[in-house]
Amino acid sequence: MIPILFLAFAAVLVVSSLLVILHRSPVASALFLVLAFCSLAAIYLLLHAEFIGLVQVVVYAGAIMVLFLFVIMYLNIGRDVESGVTILLRRALGWLLGAALLAEGALLLGRGVAPGPVAPEAVPAVAGNTQQVGLLLYSRYLFPFELTSIILLVAMIGAVMIARGRRDAGPAPGAGSPPAPPAGPEPNGPGTPEDAS
Amino acid sequence: MIPLSWLLALSALLFCIGVVGVLVRRNALIIFMSIELMLNAANLAFVSFARHLGSLDGQVFVFFVMTVAAAEVAVGLAIIVNLFRLRETVFVDEINLLKG
Amino acid sequence: MMAALTALWQDPTVQLVFWTLVKLVVVLVVMLGIVAYLTYGERKVAGHIQHRPGPNRVGPWGLFQPIADILKLLMKEEFIPDQGNKVIFHLAPILAVVPALTTFAVVPVGPNFMVTDVNVGLLVFLAMSGLGVYAITLAGWSSNNKYSLLGGMRSAAQMISYELSLGLSTIGVLLLAGSLSLLDIVHAQQGVLQLGPLPLPRWFVFTQPVAFVIFVICAFAETNRAPFDLPEGESELTGGFHTEYASMKWAMFFLGEYMNMITISAITVTLFLGGWSGPWLPQSLQFVWFFVKLFAMIFLFMWVRWTFPRLRYDQLMALGWKVLLPVALLNVLATGAAVYWVGNR
Repeated sequence: MIPILFLAFAAVLVVSSLLVILHRSPVASALFLVLAFCSLAAIYLLLHAEFIGLVQVVVYAGAIMVLFLFVIMYLNIGRDVESGVTILLRRALGWLLGAALLAEGALLLGRGVAPGPVAPEAVPAVAGNTQQVGLLLYSRYLFPFELTSIILLVAMIGAVMIARGRRDAGPAPGAGSPPAPPAGPEPNGPGTPEDAS
Repeated sequence: MIPLSWLLALSALLFCIGVVGVLVRRNALIIFMSIELMLNAANLAFVSFARHLGSLDGQVFVFFVMTVAAAEVAVGLAIIVNLFRLRETVFVDEINLLKG
Repeated sequence: MMAALTALWQDPTVQLVFWTLVKLVVVLVVMLGIVAYLTYGERKVAGHIQHRPGPNRVGPWGLFQPIADILKLLMKEEFIPDQGNKVIFHLAPILAVVPALTTFAVVPVGPNFMVTDVNVGLLVFLAMSGLGVYAITLAGWSSNNKYSLLGGMRSAAQMISYELSLGLSTIGVLLLAGSLSLLDIVHAQQGVLQLGPLPLPRWFVFTQPVAFVIFVICAFAETNRAPFDLPEGESELTGGFHTEYASMKWAMFFLGEYMNMITISAITVTLFLGGWSGPWLPQSLQFVWFFVKLFAMIFLFMWVRWTFPRLRYDQLMALGWKVLLPVALLNVLATGAAVYWVGNR
């Protein structure tokens, strides 16, 4: 039963990620990526990683992709229009390299997988996946945890400062200029970063 | 129990799709999305090993990867927005002022 | 043939799937019924607050009004904007309804009335409210209309800003209950709390009042209800993100809004008001208390809508980021400190 579910979700995942890179319209790509993330979250649930699976939906599908959609709509990006020999050559090279990487991976997998030794400390048996992850996070991985909080702080400040642009440079002139940002105080435009923790 | 080789094959496939996306597309946002695909492929590998080795360290790593990916997306999109304001384009091959 | 079917029926997986499907259908039907009569209820409440009778012509006390509304909506002409993205235009109303309904899979309605008990139930709620942003953003964008786009993006920005404080305010509850599972949270609220001479039920609304207030304010903002309905009411001339939607698609958005309201009220009841616990009723009828509290919360939603003026957009964002977020963080700190101090005495 579970392998069948896994195969179904894996099929959805592969098809939607292919459509992400193949579709012309950026909004459609973003929506297919949301679908890919949700099916990946379902696979995580099948692997008994409930906390990670739902955090995947909350963070990736619910925050990061919303930010992507905001930027796509704010910049009013249309469909990709590409033509010419250079483009074809570059594309062919890209697909070739991807296929080479995949062949390499298949070769390595074909040799058989032998998972290595388990981590030194066994996690105490408490109820629920979340409690176990939490115990681990706050004991052995406390220092990286505090570091990620600083990373997020830096990212927040950085994103606001960068997206503000220079005070004297107004919006870019020309026909393709982005629409005026929605009314509201300056730093809270649509490019405001999400605190994803 | 899902065989480890299936999970790793899926992860490798996803990673390669991401690589192709970065190499083939011109739109900076699609390139960014392909990078997110690659990060997720790595996450899948972490979680599958966590399941098969019976250790939760893999899931904690995924937690950190997600956090860092979120931070990276925020800053990266801010840069793209700023770039668009200056150059009026998001296509990476048109941002070539420094080309010799 | 019959033997094969009976054997299939005995399989525990098949049993589980079948009864879960039955529960889902029941939830769906009950929810749709409640939503239909909520529209009527809202108009009646609005009417009485404004000192007028509300709908009272269609049937006794206007009780057939929702049926009349549905018939009208079914027969209206459908508009589809020519230049917009048609696939996303059709997708957005569906996305408005699905997340709200999905959350009901984890809400405990009674001691034995629950579709399923996931051990991360609270996260399911937060995930679904995060996915609810897409409907409005995509609706605004695919309508190919600048008012819709502005309304949609404003609403999405508002929703993601208030999602933060929503999540943070539930952490206090999480610390006190010790589990993300909504069933465990309801169980943690059984019992009596002695506050001096006053016996209070051990509901989290009494032990986490700040979190309750923040959660309710964020609930108003998440469902785009007044006083936070600027994105859909402001361009009252043009209706915000659902300008271009006619008849059944507009009805789906409306449905989605009421469904969201019911879902968030249900979660508020589960997290803060003790779920299905209440005096005097036997265990098998406890779900009646759940519905009583649910309708009380929904009445609060409606009461607030017709009482307070609308917040301007910058006031709204300032409230979310500069007031609610720091207060929610302080609440988490204070609750954590209190739990540690009490646990170590």
